[in-house]
Amino acid sequence: MNVTLFIPCFVDSCFPQVGMHMVRILERLGHRVTCPEAVACCGQPAFNSGYWDEARIVADKTLHHLREAEAVVIASGSCGAMLKVFYPQLYAGRPEEAVAQRLSEHTWEFSDFLVSKLGVTDLGARFPGKVTFHDGCHGLRELGIKSGPRKLLEKVRDLELIEMGDAETCCGFGGTFAAKFPMISTAMGEVKCASAADTGAEYIVSNDSSCLMHLQGLLSRQGKTLKTLHLAQILDSQ
Amino acid sequence: MSNAAQQFLEAAGTITRNLRHRGLIQTALRKYEVARDRKKSAFNDWSAARQSAAETKWDAINHLDTYLTEFASKIEARGTKVHWCPTGPEARDTIRGIIKDAKAKCVVKSKAMTAEEIHLNEALEKDGFEVVESDLGEFIVQLRKEPPYHIVFPAMHLTRDEISDLFERELGSAPTREPEELTMIARRAMRKKYIQADVGITGANFAIAETGMVSITENEGNARLTSALPRIMVTLLGIEKILPKLEDLALFLPLLATAGSGQTVTGYNTLYGGPRQPGESDGPIEWHVVLLDNRRTELLADPEQRDALHCIRCGACLNVCPIFRNVGGHTYGTTYSGPVGSVITPHLRGLQEWKHLSNASSLCGACTEACPVKIDLHHHLLQNRRNAVGDSPSWIERLAWRAHAFAVNTPALYQFGQEVARIVEPLRLRLQGTPLDPVKSWTRTRDLPPVAPESFKEWWRNRR
Repeated sequence: MNVTLFIPCFVDSCFPQVGMHMVRILERLGHRVTCPEAVACCGQPAFNSGYWDEARIVADKTLHHLREAEAVVIASGSCGAMLKVFYPQLYAGRPEEAVAQRLSEHTWEFSDFLVSKLGVTDLGARFPGKVTFHDGCHGLRELGIKSGPRKLLEKVRDLELIEMGDAETCCGFGGTFAAKFPMISTAMGEVKCASAADTGAEYIVSNDSSCLMHLQGLLSRQGKTLKTLHLAQILDSQ
Repeated sequence: MSNAAQQFLEAAGTITRNLRHRGLIQTALRKYEVARDRKKSAFNDWSAARQSAAETKWDAINHLDTYLTEFASKIEARGTKVHWCPTGPEARDTIRGIIKDAKAKCVVKSKAMTAEEIHLNEALEKDGFEVVESDLGEFIVQLRKEPPYHIVFPAMHLTRDEISDLFERELGSAPTREPEELTMIARRAMRKKYIQADVGITGANFAIAETGMVSITENEGNARLTSALPRIMVTLLGIEKILPKLEDLALFLPLLATAGSGQTVTGYNTLYGGPRQPGESDGPIEWHVVLLDNRRTELLADPEQRDALHCIRCGACLNVCPIFRNVGGHTYGTTYSGPVGSVITPHLRGLQEWKHLSNASSLCGACTEACPVKIDLHHHLLQNRRNAVGDSPSWIERLAWRAHAFAVNTPALYQFGQEVARIVEPLRLRLQGTPLDPVKSWTRTRDLPPVAPESFKEWWRNRR
């Protein structure tokens, strides 16, 4: 299959290894991966801030470059929700509505693509360690991704998955929310980290780098030994 | 920034650092979740029950004109006086008028968020009436002279010790840590008031159009005493409380109890059909039903967010909301707090003044998932944000988003930005912790990951 990989701006800049692992995994599975360089952002920050006209300036370009893609795989549940759920709303009643609808139907978050589209759960990975999985809210509630990442983790050799009590509770990132209401965002993150630490896990794993950026930022600042890892990083471990 | 927004930020800043508050609320609401999940599993199909409830409320709200007049004519036929009040002040004046006409001195009240909404107690107290709250939680917060912390659990932010201290100070009781004894102290104080009161004021959970009845749900029996003992009964309810048929209660009573408090059904469920009828020996002589609009019809006129009128005030969205769980009920500064409060307050009290509540959300969607009548809560927060910008855009923000769009749409500029970020990183690290730090709202509590030496796209280009 021809897979168009969409690496969102913050993954491209701060977590390039997440994209590299995805490329390696998809190529190992025999797919042709392309990555349109002109596409950097999905437009969600402006959209969530209420600036839908400005969000469309960004989304127009994404739509243009991805309009004919066979399968768009995106390295974030949140940006995935933007393409799959919110683009059709952003373009409702506009000439591009049908194109946005087509893109929505051809877009998958990375773990969802592996499990739901390709039907793959065992990638032959090995990762010795105890992990707990954090469900990113957009992946969980906008895209309905819950069991997929766990099926993938269950097949990883030497990995122990321990569920935390607050797996489905928001970590407090929330995009611009984290900067506009840092005190609430921080408190939410602390609750999340405490819940993860209670499991005795060494790593918080998620399929969304944005949540992990926030949680790792807190953990590092507080000198905690608990670490964060993106799911793709584990699935590409040998 | 509005005054309300400023107050919200200040209150949130203080309370999120209060670890005692955090622990208390997290523990209480985790217990609620366990109880709720146990009761949810008693439904054959919880999601089908929610769907059915949403459809019933959709019918009720989309035919509100028909159902309200049906309700009013049926309930008036048995001698109840119905008052239609477009605004809060009109509802307040109507109730003040009823109480003055009755030459009443003491008023006893059961829990009613609509009374909080129209600031009824303050108005009555200003008129010189004594108003006694008879719900235990409301009684406690009334003694503390503060508004309810939560629409269902008004005093959930207080420990037994704090309540004991309060009773000792205000009622002269002996200190105790036993919940039963604390309840008895309050009961002894209240029972006297029930006997003295001339007027009893209640809220309502549902208004049944088909039979002209009001359904009140409670756990303490205080609403029954409030309605049964005084000679005049006043019931204040928002016009959205309508349910079409009596049989709808078969779903809505267990749905409300399960979602609201993790109970199968609430302790006492009473239907009121009219005042004392000829030949009956007890019950109020007069019953006044006050129907409150207070800008609900403006929400009704918004097809996108009309479903917010489905709300049965169960509090489920507050209970699961990670924002509510960290900032608590008082921080909102509104009658209705939590997600549903953030959605409807801008409609009830002004978008520009209250838009910050829609921004103070990570849009996680836990509220929408929990809502028993399927209100699309977190998407309404997004729509409020869009509407607030549409009505009154900030030109600075608009310019910033245009600049952002231009930068991410222009690969050379985007790469230049990454390069600049790498170069200034050592300087930024030196500024971290000082007021000059450009990203201090992030870095005050969190480390910021640096831009990687090689971005994904650079790696991709080199690889090929």
